[in-house]
Amino acid sequence: MKLKQLLQLIDGTALTPYDENQEFNYVFASDLMSDVLALVQKDSDQTVLVTGLCNAQSLRTADMLDIGTVLYVRDKHVSDEDLQLAESMGLTLLATRCTMYETCGLLYGHGLKPVEKA
Amino acid sequence: MSLFHQDYQVQREDYANAGRVSSSIKSVLKQMGLNPNVLRNIAVACYEAEINMIIHSEGGEIELNIAEDGLLSIHFNDHGPGISDLEKAMSPGWSTASEKAREFGFGAGMGLPNIKRVSDEFEIETSPQGTRLMIGFRIQP
Repeated sequence: MKLKQLLQLIDGTALTPYDENQEFNYVFASDLMSDVLALVQKDSDQTVLVTGLCNAQSLRTADMLDIGTVLYVRDKHVSDEDLQLAESMGLTLLATRCTMYETCGLLYGHGLKPVEKA
Repeated sequence: MSLFHQDYQVQREDYANAGRVSSSIKSVLKQMGLNPNVLRNIAVACYEAEINMIIHSEGGEIELNIAEDGLLSIHFNDHGPGISDLEKAMSPGWSTASEKAREFGFGAGMGLPNIKRVSDEFEIETSPQGTRLMIGFRIQP
């Protein structure tokens, strides 16, 4: 799925510069960063991290794993500081008003897969 | 003989800067052209260990070292109070993290097991005076 289609699906907005043709195949959704660090082991460049944890730690977790895109659910406010941090890391930040459940349902229903377990 | 050495400081409960040392180490190693998969494992282990120091310790030092024989090691030496039950701490799901740590997305009890899983070498010793963790990765010399 291209980023443009993903944004339309969840009625989302991009908070940082983005490439609308970027392709995704996988989603990992969690507010627990240790779970993200433990379970996203490959294809992280094709993975979207969906989370309600709207702070620097979700950005740093994504950066450690080379996940390029973070999607914040429930219309969370992102601080200017975190926006700058995301841009300095080259991350794409997205936001949606949908809940985590709705977001995951929509993405799963349109073909995005869970990350592969080791 | 060391090919590269760098020291970093970590302060107790410095949540605002949590992860900065790991980002810095990842950036340094990326510039050296490390294999991306190895680099990701190093970054994950380093980040988990740095977060552990911030959440659980009185602060301490992180030392990055690359030896001539191709062993990249990172030492995490904190100033206490030590891990009360190391065996339990190595079990997935056991956590003593504070509410504050959980607000930041940590405290799931996956830290030490995850660090050990991605490391080639893992040594830990703990006492009330402090915890000393060494993780090692085999990279091309």
